[in-house]
Amino acid sequence: MIPNDRKYTNNDEWLLEENGQIKIGITDYAQHELGDIVFVDLPGIGDSFNAGDDFAVVESVKAAAEIYTQVTGKVVAVNEALNDQPDLLNQDAFNNYLAIFEGTIDGEVMDADAYAAKIAK
Amino acid sequence: MDDLKKTPLFQTHLDLGGKMVDFGGWALPVQYSSIIEEHKAVRERCGLFDVSHMGELDVRGKDAFAYLQKLCTNDLTTMTPGRCRYSMLCNERGGVVDDVLVYKHNDEHYLVVVNAGNADKDYAWFKEHLFGDVRLENQSPQWAQLALQGPLFMQVLEAAGFEGEIPAKNYTFTPSMKVAGIECLVSRTGYTGEDGVELYCAAADAPALHKALMAAGTPLGMLPCALGARDSLRFEASMPLYGHEMTDEITPMETNIGFAVKMQKEDFIGKAALEAPAKRRRIGLKLVDRGIVREHYDVYCNGKLVGFTTSGVPVPTLEGSHAMALVDVACAEAQDFEIEVRGKKLKAIQVPLPFYKRA
Repeated sequence: MIPNDRKYTNNDEWLLEENGQIKIGITDYAQHELGDIVFVDLPGIGDSFNAGDDFAVVESVKAAAEIYTQVTGKVVAVNEALNDQPDLLNQDAFNNYLAIFEGTIDGEVMDADAYAAKIAK
Repeated sequence: MDDLKKTPLFQTHLDLGGKMVDFGGWALPVQYSSIIEEHKAVRERCGLFDVSHMGELDVRGKDAFAYLQKLCTNDLTTMTPGRCRYSMLCNERGGVVDDVLVYKHNDEHYLVVVNAGNADKDYAWFKEHLFGDVRLENQSPQWAQLALQGPLFMQVLEAAGFEGEIPAKNYTFTPSMKVAGIECLVSRTGYTGEDGVELYCAAADAPALHKALMAAGTPLGMLPCALGARDSLRFEASMPLYGHEMTDEITPMETNIGFAVKMQKEDFIGKAALEAPAKRRRIGLKLVDRGIVREHYDVYCNGKLVGFTTSGVPVPTLEGSHAMALVDVACAEAQDFEIEVRGKKLKAIQVPLPFYKRA
């Protein structure tokens, strides 16, 4: 089930607009592809990024995956729980954001139906 | 998957939900459930692996012993029938062609088990150095191989039923016995750091043997385990992997597996090159700073580039991120190192190998 309340990217991130801020996370498909997630490298609060920049790294046993933002703006919060429990992303990817941004979605995003079609291929 | 080689258990892997990958030209699963769960299963209970991609070379003849003595760094003299011996095959520069397990049937008949990725290379190497009364046969397509590893392995075998003797001592084998009614060669060997056996059967029998072992082991908490766990287990036990801790540019002395090199042997390929003292050594490292170390990262000591990591796998049963590295022998006793991880130098300390040893 791909939640309708958010946007998606080609790199399997989701963006959820809430209270004027944008939460970014990885999709359930992404966590499944990665396998057991063992480490998350989160950005610093206050760090600025342009749409298309990588802002975090999610590492599984076998691989390290760069995570990209499609927001031009700055990080106002990060999900600290992921430091000690990176496997939360495996358990519930849609309800565990990586970081919260303030800014504008400048980059390429798609809606839930388009994303569902992409991962079905 | 179409152009990849398939083991006799290809369909079994699909049926078990294996996440299939291209492993050096073979279609094999990297995991069925979770690499971490599979790893833990082997340490705590039992795991069943398909390792049929390994190569098997049959060596027969009056000169089989002399021939293998020339190719192998280890001394096969004291082997009695039913013993296995770990050895390297070195090139003239002392670099490693492959690491192998030699199984002795008798003085004129051996089976050499080689790494899957090196099977063709090894067969060519064996043929190139053939001499005397020796017949070589690449039997790889005929054999399937399963590894049953973990503290409960005997209980799984008992539940599956067997006729004959499961080899009692490490590095021994029973050339012919039945497990679940299926004809097997069974050796007390493995690549996980746990107790267990490797079972060799006819390729056609592999699905039935696997199914019988799954039926016997699942109620005991056994899991089917795949390549990801195989790597994390051998890494945790600090067992060298060809292509990482050993290559044709790294000598066995550098890898610190001199126990498998018998310099007092009259001659073997690479012996002269191995007379020179080793310039590098394999050590264990553990990150002090937060991060994950993987293979082929640069290693620094006192600000100087001294080597590189050969393997790094995040193993959650090991606290912290570990790596094996090949470093200049001058700093092989040092405590403090730095490892460059994605552009940043992270602090690390040397830790003894093996990272894990079973009780």
